[in-house]
Amino acid sequence: VPARVDYRRNPEELLRLVQADERRERRGRLKIFLGYASRVGKSVRMFAEGRRRKLRGQDVVVAAVQPGVTPEVQSILSALEAIPTLTEKYGGQEYQVIDMAALFRRHPGVCVIDGLAYFNPPGSRNPERWQDVEELLERGVSVITAVNVQHIREKQDEVERITGKRACDSVPQAFLLEAEEIEVVDASPDALIGRSDGITPGSRQLAELRELALLLAADVVDRQLQDYLDSHGITASWGTQERILVCLTPRSNAAAMLKSGLRNKLRFHGALLVAYVEQKGLGPGDQEKLNRHLEAAREMGAEMHCLRGDDFVRAILDFAREQRVTQLFLGHTSRPPAVRLRRGPIDRLIDAAEDFDLRIFPHAEDK
Amino acid sequence: VTPEAAPPRRGRLKIYLGYAAGVGKTYRMLEEAQALKGEGVDLVVGYFEPHGRQETIAKIEGLEIIPRRALTYAGSQFQEMDTEAILRRKPAVALVDEFAHTNVPGSERVKRWQDVKALQEAGIDVITTMNVQHLESLNDQVWHVTGVRVRETIPDWVVDEADEVVFVDLTPRALRNRLERGVVYGPDKAKRAMENFFVESNLTALREMALRHTAHEVEEKLSASPVALEAAGLLEKGQASGAQAGQTIRKDRILICLTGSPSSAMLIRRGKRVADYLQADCLAIHVARNGASVEDVERHMSFARNLRIETHILEGDGIARCITDFARREGITQIFMGRSRSQPWWKQFRETVVQQVVRCAHDIQITIVADRRRPA
Repeated sequence: VPARVDYRRNPEELLRLVQADERRERRGRLKIFLGYASRVGKSVRMFAEGRRRKLRGQDVVVAAVQPGVTPEVQSILSALEAIPTLTEKYGGQEYQVIDMAALFRRHPGVCVIDGLAYFNPPGSRNPERWQDVEELLERGVSVITAVNVQHIREKQDEVERITGKRACDSVPQAFLLEAEEIEVVDASPDALIGRSDGITPGSRQLAELRELALLLAADVVDRQLQDYLDSHGITASWGTQERILVCLTPRSNAAAMLKSGLRNKLRFHGALLVAYVEQKGLGPGDQEKLNRHLEAAREMGAEMHCLRGDDFVRAILDFAREQRVTQLFLGHTSRPPAVRLRRGPIDRLIDAAEDFDLRIFPHAEDK
Repeated sequence: VTPEAAPPRRGRLKIYLGYAAGVGKTYRMLEEAQALKGEGVDLVVGYFEPHGRQETIAKIEGLEIIPRRALTYAGSQFQEMDTEAILRRKPAVALVDEFAHTNVPGSERVKRWQDVKALQEAGIDVITTMNVQHLESLNDQVWHVTGVRVRETIPDWVVDEADEVVFVDLTPRALRNRLERGVVYGPDKAKRAMENFFVESNLTALREMALRHTAHEVEEKLSASPVALEAAGLLEKGQASGAQAGQTIRKDRILICLTGSPSSAMLIRRGKRVADYLQADCLAIHVARNGASVEDVERHMSFARNLRIETHILEGDGIARCITDFARREGITQIFMGRSRSQPWWKQFRETVVQQVVRCAHDIQITIVADRRRPA
C-alpha cells in the first residue's frame, strides 16, 4: 500500500499555478508581524527589521508609525528615511493617512507601515490601510507591517468573547494568507500585566488572546506548508495538525462518535470531517437511521463528505489518505465472529491503516 | 549542615521555545537577562552555548558567568554546567542554555533538565531554551517529517511544569538567510544543513508544531488557573439545578497495551499524547507470556513510567481476556493497541490479539495506533 497519494494536476491547475508565480514575481513581498496585544514588541521588531534591511543595502522607507513611540523605537527610526502620514480631519476626528502620492513618487524598495488595521476617512483613496498596502505590493513595493490578533476580521467573535469588545478596524484573514512571511511576536503576558493604561486586558484575557494568535499563526503556517508541498509536487501523508474523520454507517453510534470527534477537534485544535459511503440496497430502516446521523453531524457544523465506490474499505482509505487524516473513527461491525472465511471491513482497515490511528466505537445497542 | 526551618520557595521556570537552531532563543534569553540585570536582579549565566554567534556573544557582556566544569569521559574532555557551583552561589535567577542536553556519563545527574530542577528546588528562578523537536510526544512526528530521530528528548510533563513557555519565532526564509550569511553555522555545516534538516518544508512543519505546542501550553495553564476551577465549580452548581444534566463529560481513562515490540515506544508516545490533550488518565499494561523478551518489555515499562504513566504487568493465558478484564475493572474508556504483526496466510483464519480484543471489549473504544512509517 503506498504511503503517498499520487495527485495528477490538470492543465487548469497548472496554468493557475504559473499565473500565480508570474504575479508573485512582479509583486512586492509582504511580511507581517503578528502579536496578541499592544506592546508585546511588534513595532521594535518590525522597525529593527527595516533597519537591518537598510544596512544590507535595501531601499527602505517608513510610511506610518503609531502614536506613543518608545525611546527604543525612536532610536531605530532616526536611522531610517520617513514619508510621514498625512493628518486628515473628518467628522471632528483626525486620521493618519499614508501619503500614497508621495510613496508612488519616491517608489522605495521596501516600505515599513505600522498599524495595518487602521481605516482611512471617507473620501480617501482606499477605505482601509491594508488596501493601501495591497496597492503598494501591486506596484512592486515590498511591505513590512504589524497587526494584533484583535484586528483580524474573522476572529472578531472570539475576540469579543474574550475581551467583550470588537475592533472597529480590522484586516481580513485572507490578507494574512497572502503574506510571504508572517512572524509571531510572543512574550510573557506577565510583562504586560499591571500596566494601568486601561487598555491592556487582564491576565486571563491576555492568555486567551495569546492562544488565539498562536493558533492563527499555526493555521497560516499550515496553509503555507501545504502550498509549498503542492508547488513542489510533494504529497506528504503526514501533517502537523490532527485531522479526525468520523465514518458513519446506519448502525454506528453516531452520537458518541460525533461527540468524541468534536472533543478531539477542540482539544487538538484540529479538523473534523464526517463521511459516509453511499451504499446501494440500503433498507428503508437503515436509510432513515443514516439520515438521522447525517442530520446530527450537519447540526454540529461538521464538514460532510459522501464517498462513492463499490468497495467500502477502499473508498474510506483513499479519502482518508487524500485528506491527510490522522484519526479515523468507525463503529463496530456486528458480524458474527465465527464466520472468518472472509475478512470483515474492520479487519481490512486494521491491516491497511498505516498512516492513521483507527478508533473502533461500540454500537449503541451494545450498551 | 544547619537544618532549615522551611524549604525555600520553588524557583520559577521559563522556557524560550524555538523550532530550530538559529531562530534566536539564546539571544532572547540574554536580552531578558540584560533587562533583569538593569532592574538590579541578582543573575548569573549558568550555562551558555555561544556557537560562535557574534550577535549573541555581544549580548552576554557584563553578565556574571559561572565557569563550566571539565569532565573526562572515555579519554575526552567535556564541559558541563557546574550545578553545584551555581547552588553555592545561589543567585535569584540563573540562565541555562539547551534544556534538552544530556550530561556526559559520570555527571551528578543524567539530564540537564534534572540539574534545572535541582536549581529550582533551591529557590533559584531559571530561564532556559529548547527546540520543539526535543519534546518526547513529538518524537515520531518529527522523525516522520524530517527523517531525523531526535535522541535527546524531554518528557512533556517537565515542560508542562514550566511557569512560562515563550515562543521564539523567525520565518523559515529568514532563518535560511541567516544560514546563508553564516550567522548560524560555519560555511560547510551551513550548506549541509540547508540541504538536509533546514529545508523549507521541514522548518515550516517544525514551526507549526512549535506554534501549536505553545498554544497548548497556554491553554493548559488557562484550564489549571483558579479562575477556570472557579468556573468549573459554577458549572457544577448549574448541573445540580438540572440545567446541565446529561452534559457531564466522563473523564477519559486510556489504557496502553504494550509489548516487547519496538513499535511500542511509538504506541506509548501516541497514547500519552492523546491522554494529555484529552486531560485523561493514562495507564499501561503488559500481559506476561512465556517467550517474550522481558528486557524489551521492562525498557518500555520504564519509558512509560518516565512519562508519568501508571504501569502494571498482568499474568494470564488469554491475552485479550486479561486486557479486557483489567479494562473493565479499571473503568477504562479507551484501549490503545499496536497492530498485530501480519500473519502468514494459513494463520489468517485465526483471530489476532487485536481482533480478539475488538470482539471481547465491545463496550470500550479501541484505538489501533498506526505504525507510522516514513514515506520512501
